[in-house]
Amino acid sequence: MATYTMKEAKPAPSGSKGIIFWLKTNLFSDVRNSLLSLVGLYLIYLTIPPLLNWMIFDATWSGTQDEVVNSGARWIFIIEKFDQFIYGFYPEHLHWRPNLVAMLCVAFLIALKVLKNNKSKIVLMLLFPFVCFILISGGWFGLETVETEKWGGLMLTILVAAVGIIASFPIGIVLALGRQSDMPILRTLCIGFIEFVRGVPLITILFMASVVLPLFFHDGIEFDKLLRALIGITLFQAAYIAEVVRGGLQAIPKGQYEASEALGLSYWQGMILIILPQALKISIPNLVGSFISLFKDTTLVLIIGLFDILAMVTLTNSDTNWLGYEVEGYVFVTLIYWVCCFTMSQYSKSIERKFNTEH
Amino acid sequence: MNNKQLPIDGKGFLNNPQHRAVFFQIIALIAVILCAFYFANNMFDNIEKRGITTGFSFLDNTAGFGISQTLTNYDDGTSTYFDVFIVGLLNTLLVSILGIIFASILGLLVGIGRLSNNFLISKLSLIYIETFRNIPILLQILFWYNVVLAALPSPRQSMNYLDSVFLNNRGLLIPEPIFESGSSAILISFIIAVAAVFYLTRWSRKRHDKTGEEFPLIKVSLAILILAPTLVYFIVGQPISAVYPELKGFNFRGGLAIIPELLALLFALSIYTATYIAEAVRAGIEAVPKGQKEAAKALGLKDHIILSKVVLPQALRVIIPPVINQFLNLTKNSSLATAIGYPELVTLFSGTTLNQVGQAIEIILMTMAVYLTISIVISLLLNWVNAKMAIKGR
Repeated sequence: MATYTMKEAKPAPSGSKGIIFWLKTNLFSDVRNSLLSLVGLYLIYLTIPPLLNWMIFDATWSGTQDEVVNSGARWIFIIEKFDQFIYGFYPEHLHWRPNLVAMLCVAFLIALKVLKNNKSKIVLMLLFPFVCFILISGGWFGLETVETEKWGGLMLTILVAAVGIIASFPIGIVLALGRQSDMPILRTLCIGFIEFVRGVPLITILFMASVVLPLFFHDGIEFDKLLRALIGITLFQAAYIAEVVRGGLQAIPKGQYEASEALGLSYWQGMILIILPQALKISIPNLVGSFISLFKDTTLVLIIGLFDILAMVTLTNSDTNWLGYEVEGYVFVTLIYWVCCFTMSQYSKSIERKFNTEH
Repeated sequence: MNNKQLPIDGKGFLNNPQHRAVFFQIIALIAVILCAFYFANNMFDNIEKRGITTGFSFLDNTAGFGISQTLTNYDDGTSTYFDVFIVGLLNTLLVSILGIIFASILGLLVGIGRLSNNFLISKLSLIYIETFRNIPILLQILFWYNVVLAALPSPRQSMNYLDSVFLNNRGLLIPEPIFESGSSAILISFIIAVAAVFYLTRWSRKRHDKTGEEFPLIKVSLAILILAPTLVYFIVGQPISAVYPELKGFNFRGGLAIIPELLALLFALSIYTATYIAEAVRAGIEAVPKGQKEAAKALGLKDHIILSKVVLPQALRVIIPPVINQFLNLTKNSSLATAIGYPELVTLFSGTTLNQVGQAIEIILMTMAVYLTISIVISLLLNWVNAKMAIKGR
């Protein structure tokens, strides 16, 4: 009778683990793959070392212009002009006001998380924009008035994006509901608006808002440049939000609509209490995507003469003491945009993964 | 407890949902009409007060400004605003079509690279996508124009490739083809070749349906398309020659000059749009279930047949709609050329012409109408493609 003895476990063959194995399977599995890897390595060699040298190792981080000896980036320009990049021409002694608004925003977001009472949440949501507006523009409670022409830099970029997002949201939802409704005239009006706006570039809408809009009102009604841009951006964004929300509405099973009707809820009750919470939840990733494109599109306001952070690059370079620093300016602005957009897109992806229960 | 008596019979006019719908719609329509009336009324008042002329008669007036790149015969002294409109429209179409071609090629390569087994290539593609799609397109255009292209050398020190292509801060110079008499024969032969390939495709499909035999369609079609015009070219006596750019004094003479604005715009638009196309390609190929590939392999099909007959037909159905949307986006984004002064529709018409004429409403409406037409054409195309590719169920 054969006896079975336990065999001692042997280590895995040396060729199936470790760095060399990984390199072999992932980079040099066959001739074609090896060639591709070499091309990739060459590309990295071409771009990464010069870029790192320019941005970090050869860069000038402090001192004055005359002391620049290195061939890399001269970040002293950004340090010198930092306030302009962030606040534009906002008076220097009033910089605490935008700073306070930024802190209030954080406090506001925390408050929304902490508060349980829905009514106080809504009151807070309605009140908050006014507080921010009064703080930034002044003119009330003894605050010094700051003309909108002086607003600029990152502050203006964030302001335009925030107003665009907040104001376009309710309009977009109403347009989406209108497009999905059974009433033919209402539906046609909504479809007409949405498709018109989506069919033309943002820049023509901004031109329209800045040149044609003032013609639509009596002489007494004046819009300043910023408000006109905001109206244009809001209408533009509303059409895109409407399409995103429509996608969410279409994904809700018909039974939900019928159930809300069977419960005797009116149209608006059914929409607000049953349909929209579900529809908005599933469209969050796409909504974030549309916010990202809005954030990138805010750069267009420089074409109609507002000084957002991108316009600041050209503007700060027109200072006769600081000529020829465009590269540093553009790279700085690029980094800011990239970090913001990348964070938002990763957030949207994480939500998508959370909702994705498919295996 | 709520003891309030609810009206049960609900016989009021507005309690009927159908009546209510009609009622609300009429209210909405009246509101929209009133708004439009109010705006139009104010508009005519304002126009009259400011002494702006109306109508499209300005299109016949002489424009009288120079344009740095024109595809038609444009003369600074005699051409009208309508000619300006046409020049701008053609330049918009030129940059869009070139951008679409470059973006598609780049996007396809990066999208396939993203799915590569090669760790390095797939990560490099990912880095490319995540870098360029998170930077605003306007920033990219300005960067290419103000930083990269502005750093190029002057014409005298221009970069020289094989003495025929030159790159300097005034743009890119390439040899210009000259079509002499007889070159139309080449065009005709090309058209005949296309028609032949068309019929060949139909014939081979019919044969495949009948007998199941494969015909090397792609190889034969390519051969016909390339060989026929080349043969005619030599038979007619080489009627196409080229004029090479030459440095004369401080600038170049001859050749085809591509202005730096166009270069910057093409670089930025194709690099930016390619990131979206790459993502669409990746998503499309990943959308094909793994089982399809495994089944095809189990049937003993070769790798390239699996790709062309199993994976691609299913992937294309997912890829094409978003890619066509990106083409539309690229066309709309080309309007940002106005920031660097490339003479396309928005720069020339909503910019220069508007400043000279002052008829904002007509000019902006015309500009919008052009983009609307383009987007309607593209969405019709998209619908047609969708209908053509829809899975035909039984």
